[in-house]
Amino acid sequence: MRVALFVTCVNDAVFPSTGVATVRLLERLGVEVDFPAAQTCCGQPQFNTGYREEAVPLVRRTVRAFEGYDHVVVPSGSCAAMVRHHYGSFGAEVPGAAGLAPRVHELTEFLVDVLGVTDVGACFPHRVTYHPSCHGLRLLGLGERPRRLLESVKGLELVELPGAEECCGFGGTFAVKNPDVSAAMGADKIGNALATGAEVLCGADNSCLLHLGGMLSRQGAPLRALHLAEILASTEEEPWR
Amino acid sequence: MTDSRARVLARIRAAVADAPEPPAAARDYRTSHTAEDPAALLDLLHENLADYRAHVHRTAPDGLAGLIARLLAERGARTVVVPPGLPADWLAAAEAVRRTDEPRLTPYELDGVDAVVTGCAVAVAETGTLVLDGGPGQGRRALTLVPDLHLCVVRAPEQVVASVPLALPRLDPARPLTWISGPSATSDIELDRVEGVHGPRTLEVVLVTGR
Amino acid sequence: MSGDERTTPPGPGPAFVGMPAFPEAARKAVGDATLRANLRHATHTIRDKRARAVAELDDWAALREAGKRIKDETLRHLDTYLLRLEEAVTAAGGTVHWAADAAEANRIVTELVKATGESEVVKVKSMATQEIGLNEHLEAEGIAAYETDLAELIVQLGRDRPSHILVPAIHRNRGEIRDIFREEMGSWGRPAPEGLADSPAELAEAARLHLREKFLRAKVGISGANFMVAETGTLVVVESEGNGRMCLTLPETLISVVGIEKVVPTWRDLEVFLQTLPRSSTAERMNPYTSMWTGTTDDDGPRSFHLVLLDNGRTTALADEVGRQALRCIRCSACLNVCPVYERAGGHAYGSVYPGPIGAILIPQLRGTASGVDASLPYASSLCGACYEVCPVAIDIPEVLVHLRGKVAGQGGHRPERAAVKASAWVLDHPGVLAAGERLASRTRALHPRRAPGPGIRRWTESRDLPEMPAEPFRDWWRKNRT
Repeated sequence: MRVALFVTCVNDAVFPSTGVATVRLLERLGVEVDFPAAQTCCGQPQFNTGYREEAVPLVRRTVRAFEGYDHVVVPSGSCAAMVRHHYGSFGAEVPGAAGLAPRVHELTEFLVDVLGVTDVGACFPHRVTYHPSCHGLRLLGLGERPRRLLESVKGLELVELPGAEECCGFGGTFAVKNPDVSAAMGADKIGNALATGAEVLCGADNSCLLHLGGMLSRQGAPLRALHLAEILASTEEEPWR
Repeated sequence: MTDSRARVLARIRAAVADAPEPPAAARDYRTSHTAEDPAALLDLLHENLADYRAHVHRTAPDGLAGLIARLLAERGARTVVVPPGLPADWLAAAEAVRRTDEPRLTPYELDGVDAVVTGCAVAVAETGTLVLDGGPGQGRRALTLVPDLHLCVVRAPEQVVASVPLALPRLDPARPLTWISGPSATSDIELDRVEGVHGPRTLEVVLVTGR
Repeated sequence: MSGDERTTPPGPGPAFVGMPAFPEAARKAVGDATLRANLRHATHTIRDKRARAVAELDDWAALREAGKRIKDETLRHLDTYLLRLEEAVTAAGGTVHWAADAAEANRIVTELVKATGESEVVKVKSMATQEIGLNEHLEAEGIAAYETDLAELIVQLGRDRPSHILVPAIHRNRGEIRDIFREEMGSWGRPAPEGLADSPAELAEAARLHLREKFLRAKVGISGANFMVAETGTLVVVESEGNGRMCLTLPETLISVVGIEKVVPTWRDLEVFLQTLPRSSTAERMNPYTSMWTGTTDDDGPRSFHLVLLDNGRTTALADEVGRQALRCIRCSACLNVCPVYERAGGHAYGSVYPGPIGAILIPQLRGTASGVDASLPYASSLCGACYEVCPVAIDIPEVLVHLRGKVAGQGGHRPERAAVKASAWVLDHPGVLAAGERLASRTRALHPRRAPGPGIRRWTESRDLPEMPAEPFRDWWRKNRT
């Protein structure tokens, strides 16, 4: 099977390791991965901040970049949700925008629903807690998929995150427009994560992890934030960092 | 006043002029969540009333007068309001002094009465609700509001329905209706529920079964 | 009226005038440990209970969809249903008044009260009368308006503002409430009992005693309504304490001020909302008391009934194809209780009587976005979607927030931001330029501080480090390793 990787702008610039891990994981599972170089950003930051018009060229670029691919894999719940839930509304300006929506799969959806696997042959001998980011949880309805994938990882001890379904406080431009509330939400999320005694706070959306990881770093907390793809990419032979 | 009526209506019409016709109301929710077994319905009513701190009792018709008398005595009710049309035998054994609502009792007079005994129009099992419609044996709304003890008699199975959707068609909207689910309560302090504010702080419910 | 002659506690000042924008007001709230603890405790308590109450009904999704559709259909033909309601209420002995705005509604109510010759009224908790500032208006006209809902009483006695739709005193804990009762009750009626403790049961008892004398002598009651049935002319008030029943039943005159969007077409429609509202708001199968009345009834309740239908910006919201769904709201407040932003910022930061997610989409539509606080409300959300998930009439609050952001972004004050967004979108639409920028950032990464200057970045780095920049962007890794 051949798929296009939609790595997302945040991963491209700040978290390339998540993109590398996604490639390694998919190839290990026998999937042929393409990276259409014309891709940049899905337009979500502009759209969600009220700048719909400014998002149009990015929607157009994204739609064109992935023309001809039956499956587009995105290691980000919120970018996948942007395409799935909002691209339809760009139909007038961008022909084909609605058509991209059903072809886009968030990484765990692709693994569980399209490939039909939950055990991806990973090994990650650490204590891990999982934060289900809001857009994956509520807009995509990822449900138990990430958890089932994590539970099948060899050596991984998955511990329940209290208040898991509550937002971490990132919220895109919310983090800078309402910095105090955002930080208070993040502090509570981190407090809950630390209370689990986990070594790794895992998520499927690096924008949330950018916020939480930045807070963990500032506090010097004994916990690191890591994208789910990097855990699933890790094997006994080639452990991830 | 007339101008505003015309203005508001004109604004509404302008606001929705281009709005599409929304899809028709879907009513594919349940009419009832409970099996149609009279005994099970009564148990559910009993359980839900008790869950919201009503005191629930059961009796056959021939035990009703004795039970009412006992409950009033146990609560120390020395006076009791008798709504028009209350079956005379219900209070046959009670020692409390009867107050009728003819002529109409003032709010202050009602405030001086200890208890009220009524029937009801319908009872809803799933929600633990009694509905009063001011019919015979129920009286006007103030009678079941100001006294601190309300004793309500429900005739089962004929007055018991499973659900809200089954209760509404049995009620006449032209009559003033009061839906009562337990004694008065509040969640206003720390969203913690406590019973007993302005309405009757004690609700005794008697379920009468059999003939 | 001079201060000495006051019969109700003075309010906290002109309602919400000059409120700071949401982020500044929220900053204060976030720093208030007592407030944070009170809100956290209350919202978490009710959140879990609501989830259990909803889970009892396996057809919840169908009830939610039905509620949404009934409301949408009503709004589409609102003129028809309001006229039908007017006809039915009038036929049943009531009088219907139409108020285009707050000032007109206040004037109508004041004239109706004055016509009775009374100088005090008892009030059932009502969002519509809060919205129009009726109490302040009546006080200025020499009429004392007593709030009788426990939480409203706490707010009124505490010279405070409401901070929640259902539980306006949610920001107060039991100790604070006891202090307010001890200090204030005696000035406006029966004093608090000697040695009043802070258990909710004792506090409720104190309110019972304090208000009873006011109920018994009341000649005029003022209420809102949760629903109005067009078909029958029936009004519905859903409550818990019995203060509503007192105000609706004992006075000789009843005046109900109700938003035009509260109408439902048929009697049968209540079967949906009487199931969804109690479970969503107080997490009960059914609230203790629901009163339904149609016009006036001989020998039962008020002899005179007036219904004041309130527009006050609702028709403006109705004209907005995305925003109009906010008018489906049945004021359950589930969205507040589940909102992580509300939990931390508190209700006062929203600068209106409608706080929380629903307030953030309702107020900018009712009042416009000219003021700083109103323009900041659409951004007072991380778009986490928890509000939409619990809404019993499926208002897609995040969708409306984004829509309203678009309106605000079109206003003058957002020009610099729009320019910056345009510039960044241009870069993102030119992958060559983007890649060059990414490479530059990677190459100079050793020079990047973890805390940085610059307005946006400073707000980010107040509480978080910036990430370490990678050695190369993903697209370079791909070019080197896979092509």
